[in-house]
Amino acid sequence: MLEFSQHCPVLMTITLLVGAALTPIVSRFRKKLSFLWAMFISLLSFFFCSCATWRLYSEGPISYWLSGWEPPYGIEVRFDYVSTITFLMTGLGVLIIFYSRKYIEHEINEDKFSLYYTLVLLLLCGMVGFSVTGDMFNLYVFLEILSLSGYALIAITEEKLNAMASFKYLVMGAISSLSILAGIALLYNVTGTLNMADMALRLQQFPPILTSYVALVLFVVGFSVKAAMFPVHIWLPDAHALAPSPVSALLSGLVIKVGIVGMIRILYTVYRLGGNINFIPVTNFMGWLAAITILIGAFFAFFQDDIKMIFAYSSISNIGYIVMGISLVSFTQPEKGYLGMVGGLIHIFNHAIIKSTLFLCAGALIYKTGFRKLSDLRGMGKKMPITCGALTIASISIAGIPPTSGFICKWYIILGAIEFGKWYFAAALLIGTLLVFAYYIKIVNAIFFREPNEPITKVDEAPMSMLIPIVLLAIGCLVLGVFAYLPLAVIRPAAATILGLPSTYIPGG
Amino acid sequence: MIVHDIRPLLAPTISILCAILIFWRGENTYLRRIFSISAAILKWVIVLSMLPGSLKGVIYVTELIPFTPGISFLLRVDALGMFFGMVSSTLWIITTVYAIGYMEGEHARKRFFAFFALCVSTTVGLAFAGNLFTLFVFYEMLTVSTYPLVIHEETPEAMKAGRKYLVYTLTGGSLILFATALVFYQANTVAFDQPGILSINSGVGILVVIFAMFMLGFGVKAAIMPLHGWLPSAMVAPTPVSALLHAVAVVKAGVFGITRVVYNIFGVSLLKEMASKGADVASVLMWAAMITIVLGSLMALMQDGFKKRLAYSTISQLSYIVLGVSLLTPDSVMGGIVHIVNQAFMKITMFFVAGAIYKKTHKKNISEMHGIGHKMPITMATFTIASFGMMGLPPTAGFISKWYLSLGALAADKPIAVIVLLLSSFLNAIYFLPIVYRAYFMKPLDGDTTMDEAHWTFLVPCIICALYTIGLGLFAELPFVPLELSRIAVTQFFR
Repeated sequence: MLEFSQHCPVLMTITLLVGAALTPIVSRFRKKLSFLWAMFISLLSFFFCSCATWRLYSEGPISYWLSGWEPPYGIEVRFDYVSTITFLMTGLGVLIIFYSRKYIEHEINEDKFSLYYTLVLLLLCGMVGFSVTGDMFNLYVFLEILSLSGYALIAITEEKLNAMASFKYLVMGAISSLSILAGIALLYNVTGTLNMADMALRLQQFPPILTSYVALVLFVVGFSVKAAMFPVHIWLPDAHALAPSPVSALLSGLVIKVGIVGMIRILYTVYRLGGNINFIPVTNFMGWLAAITILIGAFFAFFQDDIKMIFAYSSISNIGYIVMGISLVSFTQPEKGYLGMVGGLIHIFNHAIIKSTLFLCAGALIYKTGFRKLSDLRGMGKKMPITCGALTIASISIAGIPPTSGFICKWYIILGAIEFGKWYFAAALLIGTLLVFAYYIKIVNAIFFREPNEPITKVDEAPMSMLIPIVLLAIGCLVLGVFAYLPLAVIRPAAATILGLPSTYIPGG
Repeated sequence: MIVHDIRPLLAPTISILCAILIFWRGENTYLRRIFSISAAILKWVIVLSMLPGSLKGVIYVTELIPFTPGISFLLRVDALGMFFGMVSSTLWIITTVYAIGYMEGEHARKRFFAFFALCVSTTVGLAFAGNLFTLFVFYEMLTVSTYPLVIHEETPEAMKAGRKYLVYTLTGGSLILFATALVFYQANTVAFDQPGILSINSGVGILVVIFAMFMLGFGVKAAIMPLHGWLPSAMVAPTPVSALLHAVAVVKAGVFGITRVVYNIFGVSLLKEMASKGADVASVLMWAAMITIVLGSLMALMQDGFKKRLAYSTISQLSYIVLGVSLLTPDSVMGGIVHIVNQAFMKITMFFVAGAIYKKTHKKNISEMHGIGHKMPITMATFTIASFGMMGLPPTAGFISKWYLSLGALAADKPIAVIVLLLSSFLNAIYFLPIVYRAYFMKPLDGDTTMDEAHWTFLVPCIICALYTIGLGLFAELPFVPLELSRIAVTQFFR
């Protein structure tokens, strides 16, 4: 078992890649088979991921050397505490593929079904690979895999607006990929290695030079675009709102988090250990940007009538929470940054679950009614009680009302902000959540407390294949909040190791 | 003595289960009634079973689940918690009976009763909260679960009131959250088991900030002026909601929070120490309470809407409790705490009467109520008793609270508070007695004086509450009455 679980990080990536490549061939035999195949592949990789995660928590991080070559020369696959995000990725992937079976009939041509599943598997592969690789160039390759499949998935509906949105995303995405590539090249130039751990060691040996600063700035800009931070968030609303709903869930729940994971890797694995970061106040700068992102996202969401547009803008706001959390750190006193880091990391998980719930609920409403404007969806609560109930739970969660899961990050980030005496960050966060609640209550009001419009009087509950993922995720929103110590048990070692503390670190202990 | 027990958890759980059952099978009127009534009684019995222990000073504790290192979801029933829990669960039974009659023929009754149960569940949870964090969680849940009740009518006016309610309370909630985090940072705990956990070493400045944030936060629900704006608008809700939530559960949650913060987070000695260093925050709170008492009464005078007048009267009366809490003497706190129950029974009687009159005659304004006492003599008799209570006439319950409040004010060397209390009694007389006069001594406009009483589901709750108002006054010093419990709560604060 031990031998097997060591292979798991590689196996889950390979499974997804090979599965994606084989999907068109499988669908040659029978059209329906592509769905079953995608389910099978995603379940398989979820299984591998579970094994790897289980091993991580029983025996510590896995370092796997491809073909047995030692890390600085060969390619290293590292499954550490940050990589536990793959557990979320593959898990959500299974639910979203399950949900897609009915949904895509609504928005996508039948001959595109196998393409759809191929792209979804590729997207998952890119994200999983990105999170487990220990090699800079592999990081870039997986980033491109996931970005390209993302662009294609947005455009897959063949609508004109979608093509526009996809193009906008592509332009911004290309800029970000280029700047990340340039950053990698510069660092390679300085250190002569591509392995992250090795790079960090070598950066420590050299005195800090201009090239490594430029590289750092390039990385931060590149990953900020991917994560949709202000002021480079402009691609997100259209892309996330217009994509087919399961894809929106993937993009908003997971893909933007890849930008965060990238930032964590660069800032805390490569540069912090390199000791180079102290000279420019990059985290302070990111904290301020995060505060602005929170307020801007929440502010614009307020004026939307399209429910998916509201969710998209609130994703921007939520990315702000996460970045604020991970930027509340001090490199001279790592213990001080612990609370904020826990808050940021836990929200990566919780936001993924909450936002997927929201988008899948929106998808169910669109699938049944064909409407996506709030004013057209009035009174749906009586017709689709389960979907709308889940939507309400997720709305309360995202507004951070206890005891739902969205509350935990609020608590930790406020504590972190107080720790640093940056009360204005805490205030920005609280104002942001109040604005968030204001527009989510608008949704709840419309679906529950308004009379339905004429055309949707004959609508019933969504099909089972959509309800099961929705209900599971909504239960997740509640359970992860009430039993917050469960996700926190996973997050705490991650936060501690990112900051260079022992994985069993407890504040004050 | 501390006893680990499951009952503190059972009490809120029962109402949550009741809410779930109603969501599930609530279309059926009979099932809905059975669920509501039996859950209410069951809960009352459970809370009551802890009363003898509480009177002996036993503290019941249920530790639920850890949240983070140093903080867990903790239910802990001390005398103050028991007091508030007992008041809410007793009044839930009475209000449920009343609501069953009142909501006959209204829309969305399933939703109404389910959220009604949820609210009571969170109120009792809030009463039993063992630390500031748990209190905050229930406080926010209470906000959310009351919202569907406030906007029950779904009219534009109701929606507007609901929006106002959320803006006020959620902003207050954010302040409380911020202050809670500050407390945790300063004291490394948020538990309620000590008479004060903060210390002067944190620095007077930060303590003042924390205190101000808590008072602004909890002050919203406690309707301290100028944070009271949501309460009169929220009167668009159906009368049982106004009665239970806006005379008891929601507003008292704010007052309860203030009491907890003053006595369990700050503590008397710290507040006095702060006062000696020039930061007399308790006096600021006292002045805010006194201004609210007088202004609330004056504004009540100007209202013609029956429920609006009651709402402003509530605002004024709530500040009696805040006043008692802020005077920092044992007698005043006792008067304040005991006023939680006294005001609840008196005000709920009045709301019941307002609802009964509205359902019978569809009259909402005081100016239309000529001779209503001829038509509904029993209903109006209970109203009269409650108004005497509000004025603080002996032997009603209101007198007891005023007596102890005045004793405490004199002990604290603040005679101005006694003057305010007397002035308020006078104002209460001015705005309640004309209603009584109009009802009994003026002829009905249509000249029809035949008796036409409300249905028994209206009458019985009114009568019970009115009898209670007198009983609490007459038998205040007997064992097993609220006064004794509040005395124990006070000894826990002044250890």
